[in-house]
Amino acid sequence: MAPSLVLSRPETKTWPERLRADGPERDAAIGDLHELLLKAARFELNRRRARVPHLRGDDYDDLAHQCADDALVAVLGKLDDFRGESRFTTWVYKFALFEAAVKVRRRAWQGREIPLEDEAWARLEARESRAPAGQGEARDEVAALPAAIEEVLSPRQREVLVAVALNEVPIDVLAERLETTRGALYKSLHDARRKLRAALAEDGYDVATLGEEVKR
Amino acid sequence: MSDGREHENETDRERLLARALGPAEPEVSCEECFELLDRYVELEVERADADAALPGMRAHLEGCPACAEDHESLLALAGGER
Repeated sequence: MAPSLVLSRPETKTWPERLRADGPERDAAIGDLHELLLKAARFELNRRRARVPHLRGDDYDDLAHQCADDALVAVLGKLDDFRGESRFTTWVYKFALFEAAVKVRRRAWQGREIPLEDEAWARLEARESRAPAGQGEARDEVAALPAAIEEVLSPRQREVLVAVALNEVPIDVLAERLETTRGALYKSLHDARRKLRAALAEDGYDVATLGEEVKR
Repeated sequence: MSDGREHENETDRERLLARALGPAEPEVSCEECFELLDRYVELEVERADADAALPGMRAHLEGCPACAEDHESLLALAGGER
């Protein structure tokens, strides 16, 4: 009986094996990987295109290639971290999506001033002031927060909380302006939120349920 | 005030509270979230209990809009290929 066609094929190499090979095999693997990354970058740019309406066709394609190039460097640098706990394609996509998302957010905010005053609160308060009195307890919880922000947060925590959480400035845009990292800023935001919860709990609010009704 | 405007204010208040206070539960950092994101998404795509397998991810995604966008996109891209 003739051997099965499937069994007679050479064993298929994994992505990491191909990328660690020498010469033309590695070059081909890198080319294939770049295609995957470019596909993911274009996917993300398409999803977020409305945020960068000024980008023209060529700019858009250049940006997709920049994202894929940067993601390729990141993937090759982190190849030893891939432990096969997910598909290789899913693992690499996240690098390209990340590069594209960050670049879109930064371009969308290019030349714009970062609002560090709590404008969101001011807008809501202005609307509240036009509302009839006695709107219930939720209004008191909201009213308690600006004072807590002023009293218990450090200047840096207040700056990060107001910009990111209240005025919805993307955290990586703020990180770039403040010359720090997204992780460091999120740590400040996390600490600020914990302080606010503690301050409100001390004032008798049920912080276990506050802010839980609407999740982003 | 009309009912519509009252509801709008109520929703705004709740959103502001949610954004200001963040998740109440323990959460991973942005770096850990990026590290675990591909595994988390694959568990979701397989309809496994991603939150039990990788605790702290859900809370972080609720508290960090940038990581939440990364998650949405990876879920859409990887999930769409199954």
